[in-house]
Amino acid sequence: MAHDLDEPTAEPGRGPLTTPLVVLTKVNKHFGALHVLQDIDLTVHRGEVVVVIGPSGSGKSTLCRAINRLETIDSGTITLDGVPLPAEGKALARLRADVGMVFQSFNLFAHKTVLENVMLGPVKAKGVKRAEAKERAVELLERVGVANQAAKLPAQLSGGQQQRVAIARALAMKPKVMLFDEPTSALDPEMINEVLDVMTDLAREGMTMVVVTHEMGFARRAAHRVVFMDAGQIVEEADPETFFTNPRSDRAKDFLSKILTH
Amino acid sequence: MDLISENLPALFAGFRLTLQLAVYSGVLALALGLLLAAMRVSPLRPLSLFSAAYVELLRNTPLTLVFFFMYFVAPQFGVPAFSFLWVAVIALSLYTAAFVSEALRSGINSVGVGQAEAARAIGLTFGQTLSQVILPQAVRSVIPPLINVLIALTKNTSVAAGFGLVELIGVGRRLSTANAGDPWVWVGVAVFYLLITIPAGLLAGVVERKVAFAR
Ligand SMILES: Nc1ncnc2c1ncn2[C@@H]1O[C@H](COP(=O)(O)OP(=O)(O)OP(=O)(O)O)[C@@H](O)[C@H]1O
Ligand SMILES: [Mg+2]
Repeated sequence: MAHDLDEPTAEPGRGPLTTPLVVLTKVNKHFGALHVLQDIDLTVHRGEVVVVIGPSGSGKSTLCRAINRLETIDSGTITLDGVPLPAEGKALARLRADVGMVFQSFNLFAHKTVLENVMLGPVKAKGVKRAEAKERAVELLERVGVANQAAKLPAQLSGGQQQRVAIARALAMKPKVMLFDEPTSALDPEMINEVLDVMTDLAREGMTMVVVTHEMGFARRAAHRVVFMDAGQIVEEADPETFFTNPRSDRAKDFLSKILTH
Repeated sequence: MDLISENLPALFAGFRLTLQLAVYSGVLALALGLLLAAMRVSPLRPLSLFSAAYVELLRNTPLTLVFFFMYFVAPQFGVPAFSFLWVAVIALSLYTAAFVSEALRSGINSVGVGQAEAARAIGLTFGQTLSQVILPQAVRSVIPPLINVLIALTKNTSVAAGFGLVELIGVGRRLSTANAGDPWVWVGVAVFYLLITIPAGLLAGVVERKVAFAR
């Protein structure tokens, strides 16, 4: 299924992670007096899966949103594939087409059918012909297992189904990187796995992913690296096994003890 | 009663002029109001500030004053003198656009921010986000207030009577003077206004049901 990637990695999923794709350098962001991102340095390589974890309010969502400029930053630089994020207008829209985003609350277009949701981006932002966009949308919906819901409106689907459609909608743009902001937090427990399975498959196929999640199973299975954030800073980075079994910082130990006990 | 049927041609002429004022101004106000609302929610600060200032200014100015301005002040600044009809249409449009813009803006705000963010995230431009995602969803909640704005516009056309246009109120005045203040004149005038405003209200209901969708 390598057709969903713009460029193949050396060895899909577990190839050497040598090409920087998303690079954040000394990124700072304030909300009024609150310093939500403090000197963030982060490099995500092509084909890499990075899980971002941390307490509520630590700035994980803001970090994600800054990468496709849904949030502006005060200082520092963010580059995608070597190109700094454009400020506004058409260039920014083009960049966003290369960055897929999956939201906690799905945000499917409420007035459009599932199929139209997936087709809209390719048709309007990329000028793909409707027939072609439809064919590919059906393919993607099959892949995430909701092709039989194509004609329905989002409100008629379960949360898990909606989130899988949202993933298909993002994939339809053939993004270079996919951002997931707590994609399973709004889901009933029995639906979490159907979404995580789709994400795990994506990771295996070599998609570059930044995933904000507290799902440790997913992090262990699919992530190359865990980034732990607290109070606007990246406190610790490690491979998942090391991070979960042997965290170095006290803040990470403290956080893990809290999420492990409930 | 006889008075009304005897003077039907005059009433019809007034009705025609009132309808013209309402329709021309309505179309212009909708277009200008849409532009103002788009400017208001645009990411470009100067545009949104301009729109906000315009709306506040016009909403808080008596319509008669806008008419005075268009008739007496604007020509002194080199704005060419149009016909009375068009000066009235422009005054009504400028004024009503502020209310249209506010109705559209509250409709736009009723659509969750997540919808716009998702649209931007798949690479839609500001204009596409508005036209493909936000406005189609805003339409439903916007239709009733928008029709109210248009009904108010229809009633506001009566201000033009004070500026030399013999629309419904103008006709009413003439007939009333000619017939020793017979109250039936005004009943006739009122019926003609209702001929516009009641169907508008009914239309609102129909359109609202047509564009309904499940959320
Ligand atoms: N638009 C905003 N205006 C003001 N403050 C904001 C805004 N968005 C977020 N914040 C604040 O910034 C801080 C970081 O928010 P962020 O959403 O990035 O945290 P998070 O790590 O994603 O938390 P959670 O786990 O609760 O989602 C929080 O204190 C939040 O209240
Ligand atoms: Mg968050």
